[in-house]
Amino acid sequence: MPKDMGIGASSKRREDVRFLTGKGRYTDDINVAGQAHVVFCRSDVAHGRIEGIDTSAAEGMPGVIRVFTGADFEGVGSIPCGWQVTDKHGEPMQEPAHPVLAQGKVRHVGDPYAAVVAETKAQARDAAEAVEASITELPAVINMKDALAEGATKVHDDLRDNLCYDWGFVEENKDAVAKAFDEAAHVTSLELVNNRLVANPMEPRVAVGDYASHDDSSTLYTTSQNPHVIRLLMGAFVLGIPEHKLRVVAPDVGGGFGTKIFHYAEEAFCTFAAKQLEMPVKWTSTRGEAFMSDAHGRDHVTKIELALDAENNFTALRTETYANMGAYLSTFAPSVPTWLHGTLMAGNYKTPLVYVNVKAVFTNTVPVDAYRGAGRPEATFQLERVVDKAARELGVDPVALRRQNFVTEFPYQTPVAVEYDTGDYNGTMDVLEKMIDRDGFAARRKESEARGKLRGLGINSYIEACGIAPSNLVGQLGARAGLYESATVRVNATGGLVVMTGSHSHGQGHETSFAQVVADMIGIPEDQVEIVHGDTARVPMGMGTYGSRSLAVGGSAMVRATEKIIAKAKKIAAHLMEADEGDVELKDGKFSVAGTDKDVAWGDVTLAAYVPHNYPLEDIEPGLEETAFYDPNNFTYPAGAYACEVEVDPETGKVDVVAFAAADDFGNVVNPMIVEGQVHGGLAQGIGQALLENCAYDEDGQLLSASYMDYAMPRAFDFPMFQVDSQSSQTPCTHNPLGVKGCGEAGAIGSPPSVVNAVVDALQSGGFTDVYHIDMPLTPDRVWGAMNGSATGQGAAQPAANADDTTQARSVGDGTTATH
Amino acid sequence: MYDFQLVKPSSVAEAIEALGAEDAQALGGGQTLLPTMKARLAQTDTLVSLAHVEEMKGVCTDDAGRLCVGGGTTHAAAAEALKSDYPALSSLAARIGDPAVRARGTMGGSVANDDPSACWPAGVLGSGATVVAAGKSGTREIGADDFFQGMFTTALEEGEIITEIRFPVPEKAAYEKMIQPASRFPLVAAYVAKFADGVRVAITGASSDGVFRWTEAETALSQDFSAEAVKGLAAPDAGGMISDLHGSAEYRAHLCKVMTARAVKAAG
Amino acid sequence: MTVTTMTVNGKSRSAPTEGRTLLVDFLREGLRLTGTHVGCDTSQCGACLVHVDGQPAKACTVLAQECEGAEVTTIEGMANADGSLGKIQQAFQDYHGLQCGFCTPGMVMAAASLLKENPRPSEQEVRHYLEGNICRCTGYHNIVKAIMAASGQQVEAVAAE
Repeated sequence: MPKDMGIGASSKRREDVRFLTGKGRYTDDINVAGQAHVVFCRSDVAHGRIEGIDTSAAEGMPGVIRVFTGADFEGVGSIPCGWQVTDKHGEPMQEPAHPVLAQGKVRHVGDPYAAVVAETKAQARDAAEAVEASITELPAVINMKDALAEGATKVHDDLRDNLCYDWGFVEENKDAVAKAFDEAAHVTSLELVNNRLVANPMEPRVAVGDYASHDDSSTLYTTSQNPHVIRLLMGAFVLGIPEHKLRVVAPDVGGGFGTKIFHYAEEAFCTFAAKQLEMPVKWTSTRGEAFMSDAHGRDHVTKIELALDAENNFTALRTETYANMGAYLSTFAPSVPTWLHGTLMAGNYKTPLVYVNVKAVFTNTVPVDAYRGAGRPEATFQLERVVDKAARELGVDPVALRRQNFVTEFPYQTPVAVEYDTGDYNGTMDVLEKMIDRDGFAARRKESEARGKLRGLGINSYIEACGIAPSNLVGQLGARAGLYESATVRVNATGGLVVMTGSHSHGQGHETSFAQVVADMIGIPEDQVEIVHGDTARVPMGMGTYGSRSLAVGGSAMVRATEKIIAKAKKIAAHLMEADEGDVELKDGKFSVAGTDKDVAWGDVTLAAYVPHNYPLEDIEPGLEETAFYDPNNFTYPAGAYACEVEVDPETGKVDVVAFAAADDFGNVVNPMIVEGQVHGGLAQGIGQALLENCAYDEDGQLLSASYMDYAMPRAFDFPMFQVDSQSSQTPCTHNPLGVKGCGEAGAIGSPPSVVNAVVDALQSGGFTDVYHIDMPLTPDRVWGAMNGSATGQGAAQPAANADDTTQARSVGDGTTATH
Repeated sequence: MYDFQLVKPSSVAEAIEALGAEDAQALGGGQTLLPTMKARLAQTDTLVSLAHVEEMKGVCTDDAGRLCVGGGTTHAAAAEALKSDYPALSSLAARIGDPAVRARGTMGGSVANDDPSACWPAGVLGSGATVVAAGKSGTREIGADDFFQGMFTTALEEGEIITEIRFPVPEKAAYEKMIQPASRFPLVAAYVAKFADGVRVAITGASSDGVFRWTEAETALSQDFSAEAVKGLAAPDAGGMISDLHGSAEYRAHLCKVMTARAVKAAG
Repeated sequence: MTVTTMTVNGKSRSAPTEGRTLLVDFLREGLRLTGTHVGCDTSQCGACLVHVDGQPAKACTVLAQECEGAEVTTIEGMANADGSLGKIQQAFQDYHGLQCGFCTPGMVMAAASLLKENPRPSEQEVRHYLEGNICRCTGYHNIVKAIMAASGQQVEAVAAE
């Protein structure tokens, strides 16, 4: 029987009421009296030397207040990178400067080189066209292989070359892995591309900078997933504003998906200009600007090899990946292809030996950073594709091959550093096989074939590492910040309470689910609990929302703070009931003494805390407010099994997803309705990556998919109703108080391989037996091309690649052997 | 957008006069023009809205039995009005863009713009319709075969607007399209119409010259109106086809065949 | 600048406009009705969808002066007279048809247009009608459910499948 309140209940979301009535307060809805507007002049070439910028004509235009260029930011800090990766030789990565406005060179289409501040947005835009920049176009490096060629044009003249780092993991395993491959009974290899994506939250980014001269303080309203992180990065590293003089507010935020984690130049610009001009300065991104200034996601080119023994046991795995960093290092960019990717290469399998090599490359493209899943989708995609290919080559059932190699005993120490605390991969696979009615597939295929369609079923497992992260561990791995979370619980005299959490909600529904947890712990109605987030002036500290960490880390901090509240409240209750503290119990909002009829209501205790007339003042302070910082001692490991069933039109190559099932193990679930919604959204993004979305550049570095006219956003009719189940196979996390693992990214991580596996299955069934892989997105053109022997079906027109380039020509080494 | 003056004439005569001004531009439903102007890819001193010219709206039948669709008729209104008399054309109109676009965008605006991936030009050319254009020097009729002159290029003179298009009603017709997944415009679409004296096939989305008649298919279908007749043909020459992120020239050429065959089948 | 007047959510409202002022700017900046959102430049996302004279319109692709004298309804006009959520709004909450809320006003307005045209749409009709509305959060699953439910059709409860 489903619960109707508290942990486990599908409580309706309280935030919906304001969103459904037009009362949401997004950053663009904020207008500060007297504000000016900024429009950025952005490079229309991928690489160029700035010879000079003449702002005089623009400065004379109506309403123009000031025109800024890179020269105005001499002495201002560089946009920082938050993670330093050490390469396989023990050297730190190459780390270029990233000025707020370009200095000396522009390095990608969209790189801002000037900014016009005017009284109105239209005036700023008019004047921006009058800024005359003399920019000498330079050869651009777009393709990663070209970027690493001897003598290639350098994106940053002061770096050695375009190689950010060459990372080996675990470097000590390399020889043992090579030996295992030599001894393997079978080796399956696959070269593939993980296509570049644009996160595209529906709300474009906005920044409003404000400055108060009376107390020399700055305020930034911004579309961020982590206002405290922005306060630290921008305050300490860019603008030199101490945290006590800087407030960052991220109000209602219209989706993030990773791309609103990072600190962006426009935020620093608005804060800086507001102080310089002593007036508020507002920037609202257009969607066109978003395509060339929001950090992109994915963009890996990989060769993966799987070694098996004669009994089809996985004996070793080896990968070589080229990861595109773009022109600058975005906040968490270096960590994505390394620690968020290499550590997941064991997958759900007990493969004893794994070696991962990643070359991170600078190119004249928009910076690439975390996008929903961040590193884990790339790991899952290549692993689950190569396992599927191995099953096909060996002529064995792809599910049976997976089951044979599943990790079944926990805790399990992988060969790639992480230790899985718990899981049941057969459990979710059992659930999945029922959901998708695998037994009925043959009949469904026959029915499709009768209609002239090819039908395919793709199944895969996934695992991810969430709840980032133990600070001491990530510190060793190069993180320049701790990844704990904090919460302050402030109980009011009349019994209601406010939770100030560092987790930010931008669609996840924390205002509802976090309240469920606290209400459940105390036994009071959910509407007695208010969740406050997104404002550094109201929330003491926070590391923000990403990596499916909110409930696992932020929720744990909230639980710890609430436990402290309850402990103190019990002391007060004990005093009021003249009982021993150890005998006091809290249930349903009432304190009682075991074995007696004494009780005292929650509200009486909270009142006593603030009106301490009858109160143990000698022992405890008045008031009821507690803060906790929670630092996890491991990652969490959500895992599951996904299945996709497709129909392919052999005449057009069009793929229709006719069924999709997801069996997830997220551990305990606080609000099943919200969790299902998170999975739905992740599935849409993963299926979108597999079939529709592609951020493509031409060879000169022009962005081809620069608007919704060319970047295919999934629509309602691109999907069937999804089948999702995160209730039937649960193994609670063993190391956080709620036993939760995180659910935000799973859908986007697990689904792309299911789709590609399904399409390959369909094509194979149609007699296209030489089609073993098609690079994403599987557009009709590519699928038709694959059926007709064209190279387009095998990965042409890929991100950061020449349109006529094939995977083979662009990929790793000479395309036959790995070149570690 | 650059600023402009919006004028709102209420008759064709007033509209023609307003368009006679220096640097004036006609505005239909604005579903293409306004995004273009927002991107500052187009500008004008005077924008002449045709939305308030009632005489340009609606569908009627002339003495020759042709269906006359007013240039200012929205896609949605045309879809509704043509439902029983010309279902294939109604279906074309009903599948343009999305509901909001269909509620504002006009047939005349779409045909005058002649986007190489627009739907209406295929319906006009495939039906062998007659475009009625009004301008300073009066009203004239232009046959569909003469009207479309390449991507974004038509026989309309400066200051002329489409007041009406007269569609002969074929015995059978259908429109089949494969959409470009981002813009939802046709990647390739085929309009097939069977008249007593022959078959017309118009293809949109495929060619860099804009909408065109696939004459080989017309000849074959005039003899044998069946999907098999199309399957036996070579695809149109890929040389002139659009090649982009969403489809190679070869793929588009191939789709011409597939969509045409499907339209024939759908026409019954 | 001229002053443009239209009836918005049942009340006559005026604000200064230029020729180039879009309806969405008239609403958001002129009237401070910020429930109508701007999510793209190319008239595709539908976050700005409102009703003009009873028809769906993307307010980012309509000139304010074209709406002189028109009846305009925005998300702020969709609640019941007593302030409680209207039927469609309530269904969106009941079926978790929104997450970040940014596309939601456009989705609700599109749903209202659909149900006016087609009071009992099939699932496929709902999906096709939403061609001009992009949501990045929900995968559309629960939006489709909410609209079906708002039309009075039997829909599985959320979190029970």
